[in-house]
Amino acid sequence: MQKDKKKMRESELIIIEKESDMPPMAMSLGYMTYNKTGSWRNIKPIINYDICIDCMICWKFCPDACVLIENGRPLIDYDFCKGCGICAEECPKDCIEMVEEGK
Amino acid sequence: MRKVIMGNHSLSYGALLSRVQVISAYPITPQTQVVELLSEMCASGELKAKFINVESEHSAMAALIGASAAGARTFSATSAHGLTLMHELLHWAAGARLPIVLGNINRAMAPGWTIWADQTDSLSQRDTGWIQFYCSSNQEVLDTIIQAFKISEKVLLPSMIVLDAFFLSHTYEPVDIPDQVVVDEYLPPYKPKYVLDTKDPHTFGGITSPEYYYEIRYKMEMGMRESVEVIKQAGKEYGELFGREYGLIEDYRCEDAEIIFITSGTAASTAKVVVDELREEGKKVGNLKIRVFRPFPFKELRRIIEHAKKVAVIDRNISFGHHGIFAQEVKSALYNHSNIPVFGFVAGLGGRDINPQTIKEIYHITESNEYPSEKVFWIGVKK
Ligand code: SF4
Ligand code: SF4
Repeated sequence: MQKDKKKMRESELIIIEKESDMPPMAMSLGYMTYNKTGSWRNIKPIINYDICIDCMICWKFCPDACVLIENGRPLIDYDFCKGCGICAEECPKDCIEMVEEGK
Repeated sequence: MRKVIMGNHSLSYGALLSRVQVISAYPITPQTQVVELLSEMCASGELKAKFINVESEHSAMAALIGASAAGARTFSATSAHGLTLMHELLHWAAGARLPIVLGNINRAMAPGWTIWADQTDSLSQRDTGWIQFYCSSNQEVLDTIIQAFKISEKVLLPSMIVLDAFFLSHTYEPVDIPDQVVVDEYLPPYKPKYVLDTKDPHTFGGITSPEYYYEIRYKMEMGMRESVEVIKQAGKEYGELFGREYGLIEDYRCEDAEIIFITSGTAASTAKVVVDELREEGKKVGNLKIRVFRPFPFKELRRIIEHAKKVAVIDRNISFGHHGIFAQEVKSALYNHSNIPVFGFVAGLGGRDINPQTIKEIYHITESNEYPSEKVFWIGVKK
């Protein structure tokens, strides 16, 4: 609960209208709930859950910590996934396909 | 207490009296002696600071950035290639608005491999957002360190204290070491407003979108502008407590001067001697020393040279394809304000002496030409 409040405060902080309301340095201006860096991606990983064995190797290898575990299954957080393809490379079942964005 | 000490140790004593809490350094000649003495002070307990040995100057500055962000008063020293290796972190320290103070002993860049005085190392850091002081005596070095912490901690920008290799770094001069009690009164402990704190976590220097980066830079420039008055105030207060007042510039016999030398570092002291000698010959000449290079003292400089007929800028540095760097800056300060001819002289690169004869030659060139016949005059080139 405490943590949630903190999170909210941080994310509110970065909606700043005036220069004078900003801290002098880049402090909590880049809070990641706001900076959805997944928008930089041009290819995206898609898991074929029929083949996936829930080994979580993709979770372990994702350098951006954006494979989440949802009810024991891997779930890619596309808000932050950069499309690097490491998960697809490491998956022992070869069940992650990298698909061009917009297709 | 009066002591006869070298310039390098003036930096150490300045740091000691400022009660620095973290020192991080990689040894490079001649700054070695700065941190050698500081490490002895730490070992003996005279200075209660954490001394961090690192593997490069890049790391030295990185360590101070961390320590300063955590709220410590921090100091390091370096020189030439060490400073240029720090370059990336110099941008970071200023951008993160950390009041780090760094001593830099001005040494020329290689090749040819060299350890002698030249300002090109520190002037290459012009646009990093650091306040820069160029000192002319060991006393000024020590006094400026103490003031620099006060200034930097007020405007949240780091300061670089610059002194000429050998001409100051290894030259012994009598220096008044101020009383710690009075220094404490002048420079209270650093109380950072923004600090790394697990109880109040924030992201520092994290990804910053175009939405905010622009304003962050604007605020840096405002900090730099504010520092003009803060530097003056700190120099004045220092004068009241210790009897030695400092400003952004120091003018010497400029009131009725027709030709004014514009100098920095140890060349400024030599120029004062030459001014006295030329005055005895009836020449109306003065010297304006630029003590603070960033922020550049536009108004102060204009006010002093307003009534002069010509100025002769002496640069111990060169921006290849342009002028000496002080000459460029002086010209930019005068543009739209004055048509006074600016004579640019390059002298003393790589530790070549700038002696009274050098400065007299500069005077005669300036006096005998209505306008500078050359873009830059190189003084003393073997021909
Ligand atoms: S593509 Fe890269 S960033 Fe995206 S989930 Fe896979 S490993 Fe993570
Ligand atoms: S690595 Fe492959 S098989 Fe293992 S959990 Fe990830 S997608 Fe499923």
